[in-house]
Amino acid sequence: MTLRVFVPRDAAAVAVGADEVAAALAAAAKKAGAKVHIVRNGSRGLLWLEPLVEIERDGARYGFGPVSVADVESLVKAGLFEGRPVSEIKHPLAIGIVDEHPYWKRQTRLTFARCGITDPVSLDDYLAHDGYKGLERALAIKPAEIVDEVAKSGLRGRGGAGFPTGIKWKTVHDTPMGQQKYIVCNADEGDSGTFADRMIMEGDPFLLVEGMTIAGIAVGATRGYIYLRSEYPYAEVALNQAIAAAKKAGYLGPSIAGSKHAFELEVRMGAGAYVCGEETSLLESLEGKRGLVRAKPPLPAHKGLFGQPTVINNVLSLCAVPYILAEGAKAYADYGMGRSRGTMPIQLAGNLKFGGLFETAFGITLGELVDDIGGGTLSGRPVKAVQVGGPLGAYFPRALFATPFDYEAFAAKDGLIGHAGVVVFDETANMAKQARFAFEFCSIESCGKCTPCRIGAMRGFETMDKVMAGEDTARNLAVIEDLCNTMKFGSLCALGGFTPYPVMSALTHFPEDFGRPARKLAAAAE
Amino acid sequence: MSRFEPWSEERTVEIVSQHQALEGPLMPILHAIQHTFGHVPEEAIPLLARELNLSRAEVHGVVTFYHDFRRELAGKHVLKLCRAEACQSMGCERLVERAEDRLGIECGNTTADGRVTLEAVYCLGLCATAPSAMIDGRVVGRLDNNRLDQLLKEAQV
Repeated sequence: MTLRVFVPRDAAAVAVGADEVAAALAAAAKKAGAKVHIVRNGSRGLLWLEPLVEIERDGARYGFGPVSVADVESLVKAGLFEGRPVSEIKHPLAIGIVDEHPYWKRQTRLTFARCGITDPVSLDDYLAHDGYKGLERALAIKPAEIVDEVAKSGLRGRGGAGFPTGIKWKTVHDTPMGQQKYIVCNADEGDSGTFADRMIMEGDPFLLVEGMTIAGIAVGATRGYIYLRSEYPYAEVALNQAIAAAKKAGYLGPSIAGSKHAFELEVRMGAGAYVCGEETSLLESLEGKRGLVRAKPPLPAHKGLFGQPTVINNVLSLCAVPYILAEGAKAYADYGMGRSRGTMPIQLAGNLKFGGLFETAFGITLGELVDDIGGGTLSGRPVKAVQVGGPLGAYFPRALFATPFDYEAFAAKDGLIGHAGVVVFDETANMAKQARFAFEFCSIESCGKCTPCRIGAMRGFETMDKVMAGEDTARNLAVIEDLCNTMKFGSLCALGGFTPYPVMSALTHFPEDFGRPARKLAAAAE
Repeated sequence: MSRFEPWSEERTVEIVSQHQALEGPLMPILHAIQHTFGHVPEEAIPLLARELNLSRAEVHGVVTFYHDFRRELAGKHVLKLCRAEACQSMGCERLVERAEDRLGIECGNTTADGRVTLEAVYCLGLCATAPSAMIDGRVVGRLDNNRLDQLLKEAQV
């Protein structure tokens, strides 16, 4: 019997040697005369264990990680390719049955259910693991009912803004038929600390194709674009392979699965502009223009791509749709808390022992994520600050670790969950430096259309230099606060509008790094 | 030997015609031009304007807006070091300094011998295996001094 061995093709695994490990395993199997089929799966998201090699025996998958080329010989010696019970394979890298691993077991994987399990670009594998069940249901009901189902699920935009997806869809659905409508997927995942979009596009690309197809049927759109950032070349390959396979099998094209619905899908590459993650800037870029932010209204739902009605959703929003259709709105909405329904694929990153992807229902606290699941810092030093939501997200101190992961709860603490990236910093971080970087980043990436962002970021950057040099600190910090106020309320989009979050949170929670007296613990816990 | 073709007007027109049926063809065309010539040459701008019925200012505006589009050829190897927050939390700035020091250039420049271009990138999406880098399109994670030195050696060949 052929032994199936899994070595991820996910960029995070490849970056730490998965390609070399796969090649070494293939060579070792050939040498040993073992019948081995190496599957390049997506990543399970237990990223500290990458490259995570799995073998399949008696219906269970056993993991070994992190495996380097140097470990291959000892793994083979321990009996990796032999038919004996896996319990007899004694190796320091063995982690046992991966499905039983606490990091995996504690998760609720709805969106990422297949990621890491299947061969991402095999349509057969996708279908064998409940793929296209959502589409099947979508084709059996009326478009308005699809929209209704998504609305009832409580799904909110996973890109960061948290706008109800059902309302966006309904708006486009209700525009007159007979005109070209578009589905645009925002795959310009530029926030540091986030990689869920990348992982799902590389690890289960058919899911995004299915989600967009359902969206197209729901609102009457026959064309879709995935706007992918150029920093994700591996995702581009996986998506194009999936699109080609879906086309060949009739899941894309003039007649979706034999129905009267048509849907065409194309991947378009960005070119390194962070601001193009803002939806209107993205639309401009897709049209072949500078990525300048548009003033709203008109909303993209009315006048979007090429002035036509357009649904523009984040990767994770669209990837949540197949489950919602297949299992029903209620099954999805049963997870979560308050107005944050369903699950969130949370990304644990930075200086963390157990970094990775952790999909769970809303409501888990920041402290659980960092200390319990993430295992604290990799450096072993105490955690100083945690930035949630990317470069425009607030820095939270330990005093705020009881905050539950929920759109409203984070907003109440002057933060945001954004795209659910969690970046941990240890005590060596200088928060004044982080605040300065927030301004610097905004000044590099500003599209330049509105003054508060274009000028404010630059002035903030310069003023932070003065603060850090100890020059007239009190007066310069007053300037910083004033600039933040102007940017927050005067900017056209979230780039300028949210840059004050990291700056002000750093200043509020870590004043001592700015040459201000430290706050008392009791006050910090407020 | 350069990996890229020398500038050719004919070739550019051919690229344009390959993409002209697309909606909003300018970005895919610019990517294809850069892929072919290694950069977007100044000569391409009036040509694209003519072929796509745009003004030169519009084409120039697009080329200069996006960080990816190069106005001149990069070095033989391009090393991008991530300088975003997750990598900062794992000490990427020390690695940037080390690379600058070893190469004798500041980030954003090419060595005098034309071998290495060193650039910053803001997030490769490898934030749980930070610090990260990309060399000639290949991703590298868990970067430390040793791995960086290996990359630099590789790039300086």
